[in-house]
Amino acid sequence: MLLLKLFFAFIQVGMFSVGGGYAAIPLIQEQIVNIYGLMTLEEFSDLITVAEMTPGPISINSATFVGMRLAGIPGVLICSIGCIIPSFCICLTLAHFYYKYRTVSGVQVVLGSLRPAVVALIGSAGASILMLGLFQAEIQNVVLSNIRLVELGIFVVALFILRKFKASAISIILGSGVVGTLIYALMGAI
Amino acid sequence: MKKDYSKLWTLFKSMFMLSACTFGGGFVIVSLMKKKFVEELKWLDEDEMLDVTAITQSAPGPLPVNASVIIGYRMAGVLGSLTAVLGTILPPMIIISIISLFYEQFRSNPYIAVALQVMRAGVAAVIFDVVINLAKNVIKTKRVLYIAMMIIAFIATYLLGVSAMIIIFTCLGIGLADLAVTLYKKKKGVA
Repeated sequence: MLLLKLFFAFIQVGMFSVGGGYAAIPLIQEQIVNIYGLMTLEEFSDLITVAEMTPGPISINSATFVGMRLAGIPGVLICSIGCIIPSFCICLTLAHFYYKYRTVSGVQVVLGSLRPAVVALIGSAGASILMLGLFQAEIQNVVLSNIRLVELGIFVVALFILRKFKASAISIILGSGVVGTLIYALMGAI
Repeated sequence: MKKDYSKLWTLFKSMFMLSACTFGGGFVIVSLMKKKFVEELKWLDEDEMLDVTAITQSAPGPLPVNASVIIGYRMAGVLGSLTAVLGTILPPMIIISIISLFYEQFRSNPYIAVALQVMRAGVAAVIFDVVINLAKNVIKTKRVLYIAMMIIAFIATYLLGVSAMIIIFTCLGIGLADLAVTLYKKKKGVA
């Protein structure tokens, strides 16, 4: 039963991928390529490329991609549902307790110490993406002379518009995609 | 009752739009959610959004789905969770289903490659905007402990590559120690 296999494979992916999308990739590889042999390694690397190029969480993207390639629309539904069932149950429980106890002063003290960490984590994600955007490299491999001026310009203008006019995030992201592609096309770089 | 349905619709619509436009990892969508639910809709307060992020990071599964479950639960109970999760997973499901049928063409299209590259600059700007606001509020607490934790945590994750889980659990430990000290001082003060 292919669908049942896929369902259990993705329940495990959902249950054990702790710590964000990239943690899920080796798990999916293990389940789909190594254990069940449902895909070749080459197909799997295509999957990662596509999952990274498209919006949405990587594990949902890969669940959909695997499901579609192996079993069509029913596969998409089975894999995605399998992937989110564990986190759905766990987070619902956590949410319940959080809203029950969050006003307790002791809980407030503990939560208070998590907030600076979360700010740092979000900042770190932002810095990584900025480096990828400006240099197409991680911070360790950045070469200053490789800076991409179009992206730098877009970043500065976008940040200015956000700070000054409180523009919506979606309009900024889509706008920067359109404007940047136009600039490169006009420069004859595409 | 009618009001609740309109809230569910707004919840679904917001999650759908955010998910459809989120390139990059889970923290990108958290920044977008913060902008949408805290700054635009004013459904959550800022501390709450940070707590939710910490919880989603410590639970297994995709971060955006986890965050949708909790925010949905907060707005409209279990039904809200279901609505929010549906909104979050539908866009990638639709987009990938279509792309998986002709991903060769998609992968080799130069316009798509350039658009995705320049969009990163826009995404980075959105995250920086959110982080500036958040960092300001941490600094406003005027607690040296919190400000130091923020700076050290940033260096640890960004420059040293320490995983987010370790950061969260270390800070949880510091928080518990902080709580113990606070309680001890209080006890001493009373006695």
